[in-house]
Amino acid sequence: MPTIKQRRREPAERAEAPSTPTDSKPAQRRSTLRRALTPWAFLAPALVLFAYFKFYPIGYGIWLSFFDVAVFGENTWIGLDNFTAVFQDTFLQQAFWNTAVYVVLAVGFSALIGFMLALALEGQAYHIRIVRTAVFLPAVVTVAVVAEVFRILYHPTASGPLNSLLGLIGVGPLGFIDDPGMSLHSVIGMHIWKSAPYDMVIFIAGLAGVDRTLYESARVDGASWLQRVRYVTIPQIRFAFTIVITLGIIRGVRVFPEVYTLTGGGPARSSEVIMTYVYRVSFVDFDLGYAAALSTLLFLLTAVLTAAFLFLRREKA
Amino acid sequence: MTELATRPPAPTAGRRDGLRQPAKAITFQVGKWVLIAILIFIFVTPLWSIVAAALSGSAVPPGELVTVPEEITLSNITGTWGSGRIARYFFNSAVMAGIGVPLQVLVSALAAYALARKRFRGGAVVLLLILTTMMMPEEVIAIPLYLVLADVPPFGVSLLNSYPGLILPVVGWAFSIFVLVKFMREVPIEMEEAARIDGAGDFAIFWRIILPCVKPALGTVAVFGFLMIWDQYLLPLIVAEDTDMFTLQIALLNLRQDDMIPITIVMSAALLALLPSVVVYLALQRYFQSGLTAGSIKG
Repeated sequence: MPTIKQRRREPAERAEAPSTPTDSKPAQRRSTLRRALTPWAFLAPALVLFAYFKFYPIGYGIWLSFFDVAVFGENTWIGLDNFTAVFQDTFLQQAFWNTAVYVVLAVGFSALIGFMLALALEGQAYHIRIVRTAVFLPAVVTVAVVAEVFRILYHPTASGPLNSLLGLIGVGPLGFIDDPGMSLHSVIGMHIWKSAPYDMVIFIAGLAGVDRTLYESARVDGASWLQRVRYVTIPQIRFAFTIVITLGIIRGVRVFPEVYTLTGGGPARSSEVIMTYVYRVSFVDFDLGYAAALSTLLFLLTAVLTAAFLFLRREKA
Repeated sequence: MTELATRPPAPTAGRRDGLRQPAKAITFQVGKWVLIAILIFIFVTPLWSIVAAALSGSAVPPGELVTVPEEITLSNITGTWGSGRIARYFFNSAVMAGIGVPLQVLVSALAAYALARKRFRGGAVVLLLILTTMMMPEEVIAIPLYLVLADVPPFGVSLLNSYPGLILPVVGWAFSIFVLVKFMREVPIEMEEAARIDGAGDFAIFWRIILPCVKPALGTVAVFGFLMIWDQYLLPLIVAEDTDMFTLQIALLNLRQDDMIPITIVMSAALLALLPSVVVYLALQRYFQSGLTAGSIKG
């Protein structure tokens, strides 16, 4: 039985304090059961909501993967048919590769640009803080709004905003979202515009923790700015890179509103990603069993990618 | 220093060379402001153009980015309100956030109190289960969630096309529980013990001691909760069946695709969807930073 003195030294045990019989109030002894239930009473609302809208749907989704789901009427057990159908589904395969391209380009460039922004906008000077606030704005604006502006920016005629800029350096006019060869990259461009500022903030938080004396000693040793970034900064904020890339992968694999609002997956499915395809299978084709199977696979893919990345990072470090 | 002076003017040595500093400093200053101008141009102009187009009194042809509104007018926005449809979408979004955020904060705070301040069998497992959902994209459960909402077991009621259907799925949020657990653990045990000796029950301790102590964290959680709910897209898309239940966010696409609606009106709707999140971000920035750094631990 810990004495009061010991308890103070070990804050981890603080919660036991009221339930120890050393408290001599007899009323407390009688309410042992009540005390045991108290934490669950506090947890109950959250647990009910998580059970209904998170945990149960996960299990239900996996279960439905083995059925031919009829919107009206009985579901039919079809075993692994939904999963084997994946291998014949060329639309899905295209959506899968598009998603892979999306994740690699969006996460990579967003991290790179976010890191450069962080190097440029680090610091506590007043004007730098204002610029940082302004640069971060795209990250807080809802995707649907961003897509409306980018539809204008990407206007495919020579007088379109981006095309006029490109015209100045003799490029274009480009088709952007109207061009099947460019539509996916156009969505990726919008994604980077929105997520690079977010990555910047994580990098800046990382930069704040870098030991300043390391820069000084590197400078004394005659290291150039680029060398200091490469050999001092980057190794010091490795953790920030891990976060940015892990979050980026999780967000990129399941990307939906960006594509849905900007191109709808088109033209001719050229920008279709896994989630827009799942949406199409569910609410256009009404094949909910197949959609559930695809969702299950997407869940596994996210888990495997995240685990693999975290594992590789640990190996290297 | 003598060593530096005798050294050939290598780029790094030049920085400390008194003679070269002014020229370098000026180039550096100019370069810095040019960079800042470019960054503002890239990241702010597109958003500003929404405001400009929404305020424009003359028609905007498709594919033109308005940077200076001609004949500034509020009639697009007031007309938008008057037309009723967009007002209705905005109302739906406002209900979703206005009820969703307080509920989310309350439910998270209650759960966090148990997880942070109580030791009980199963507590660690519950925390782990909740944290796992943080790594799980909401989108992957969208399809089964749709079926659950269509026929909530065991009651057999449908929450589709209803406000509870829009709100309840976003109330349980692992991020806010996680942030509040972290902050509630910091509250010194002595404060709780003192209250307990005075005869305070658990709920009184939660409400009168713990919550006031973690007020800044509640602000952080509310700001992020608002942005998360305001950014919801797939959920309203599957829940709202009638256009009457559309949120502003999902209605934007329909408004744009409707050829009868001028671009200035679409942009007014976009402005209404943009303003709340920007205002919340700018006004409550002090709550923002701690959340971003706390949130980044979730990787």
